[in-house]
Amino acid sequence: MSRTALNREEKKQGWREPGDDAGWLNPVKERFLLHLLVKKELRVRYRGSVLGMAWSYVKPAAQFLVFFIALGVFLQLNRSMPAYAVYLFSGIVVINLFGEVFGNCTRSISSNAPLVSKIYLPSELFPWSSAVVAIIHFIPQLLVLTVGSLVFGWRPGLTEAASFAAGFTILVIFTVGLGMLAAALNAAFRDVENFVDLIIMIATWASPILYPVSLVHKEMGGSVLWSLYAHNPLTIVVELFHSAFWRGYARTAHPSEQAQAAIDIGSSVAGLWWFGLLTAIATFIVGALVFDRAKRSFAQEL
Amino acid sequence: MSTALPSAASLPDADAREMIRIESVTKEFSLRHNHSLKELAFAALKGKKLSDSFMALNGVDLTVSSGETVGLIGLNGSGKSTLLKTISGVLFPDSGRVLVRGRVAGLIEVGAGFHPDLSGRENVYLNGAILGMSREQIDACFDDIVAFSEIEKFIDTDVKYYSSGMFLRLAFSVAIHTDPDVFLVDEILSVGDEPFQRKCIERIRQMQADGATMVIVSHELDMLQKLCSRIAVMQSGNLIFNGNPAEAIRVLRGDAQPGEHEDDADEHHEGQPDDLDTD
Repeated sequence: MSRTALNREEKKQGWREPGDDAGWLNPVKERFLLHLLVKKELRVRYRGSVLGMAWSYVKPAAQFLVFFIALGVFLQLNRSMPAYAVYLFSGIVVINLFGEVFGNCTRSISSNAPLVSKIYLPSELFPWSSAVVAIIHFIPQLLVLTVGSLVFGWRPGLTEAASFAAGFTILVIFTVGLGMLAAALNAAFRDVENFVDLIIMIATWASPILYPVSLVHKEMGGSVLWSLYAHNPLTIVVELFHSAFWRGYARTAHPSEQAQAAIDIGSSVAGLWWFGLLTAIATFIVGALVFDRAKRSFAQEL
Repeated sequence: MSTALPSAASLPDADAREMIRIESVTKEFSLRHNHSLKELAFAALKGKKLSDSFMALNGVDLTVSSGETVGLIGLNGSGKSTLLKTISGVLFPDSGRVLVRGRVAGLIEVGAGFHPDLSGRENVYLNGAILGMSREQIDACFDDIVAFSEIEKFIDTDVKYYSSGMFLRLAFSVAIHTDPDVFLVDEILSVGDEPFQRKCIERIRQMQADGATMVIVSHELDMLQKLCSRIAVMQSGNLIFNGNPAEAIRVLRGDAQPGEHEDDADEHHEGQPDDLDTD
């Protein structure tokens, strides 16, 4: 990892280069510090707030209501899709986790400027602690989703558990990779954080979260665009979440023709999980490499 | 951050060992004026110079052996803090290399790792961990840290309500309890009131007696002369003298305008960063 490598003799004598650390493994090695940074971030986020952590329920609930009324009721997706509320919310939790991990990671270096430029600590801890905070916020949403799905008559089985595990793993690896990449770039150019906000906004509509995937397939099925759409890791993750929370139940609910198409196409997209996983790992590697190259100049960029 | 490394004391002939080796290190800062793509694009179009650069370190060589206390002096902007930051791992040299042995803890700026919205207790843990301590180590010396800082009553109060003196006491107290092999100190011995300062110096003497290696940056020349076994003088990125403390101070005073360093010392009583900022 170091550029001016020490020779073996010097290593044996106990020499090392300052700041030459375990790289992307740092968060695992420095668990205690990671834990404290997460605690700090949570405390700081909810300082002087009466509702505190309850905000992580309120925000997605409001978001869900708005979309449900606009799309489910006004655009009548509620009628054509069985358990549209579950369909919608299982997509929303994906995009919320994506948005929060990506957004927080991107700002993690610039918002910790005093620490980064004054004291040495492994800088990988900043994006990772942001990611852990986002995952902590994801848990209450997941609980609400689970309870909601149970009310609709969803019964989890092995397929559901495996789909969720695959979707969650792909999502976290992919997003942390993107986040490290963006954090490194954002240290030099603050434009990146605005650009990331833009990406998150577009991502909400570029995967089948609010609408059934069959509508996209009808418009561009067979074309390159469809192929791109289906191979978007977020689309794959969303369909894996649909497999986990919605599809099993929807199959038994005498779906309409459109809903049946959404079930079939969605299920084939979820079958691309291996592609999602490979993309996620590749993204993570690129992100970690770029971060590792850039971190040496963080202290002087900020 | 390397608690797993063997401590200096456990290795053979600890006295003669080098702990820090700085080999012809250079560091160039580009002072970028523009921080957005738009500004960069405009600057490129107008053919405006994108950045000025200056040499913060220009081929510095320095070796510090175990048990030594080395002072770093020089006028503002001479590269003292930059050198200290390359030893602590915050900055990386452009060429040359810096090698260290054992556990290094740097106190580059008092309280840089403190967060105003956390209580004193939480800050002690956060800072201790940042300076490389494990949970058990902090648990073990938590009471000592608080006792040394003399702010027992306020330890569960948010740090933002602390007076600046209390804040500095706690920060310094954490740093000196990290028990490093190599201790880097930047302009912090001017912390707190006189009794507390005396206590800090006593503590530093005790660490010296225990064989700790130290590098201290300060403008308080008289105090440095008493504490250090050796003083290095820096001038615009170069090491111009390295040796006997009294002589080093004469070298610096000979270069400085008469009386200038006195003003410096006054300015820095609050532990402000002294060197040119890089942004």
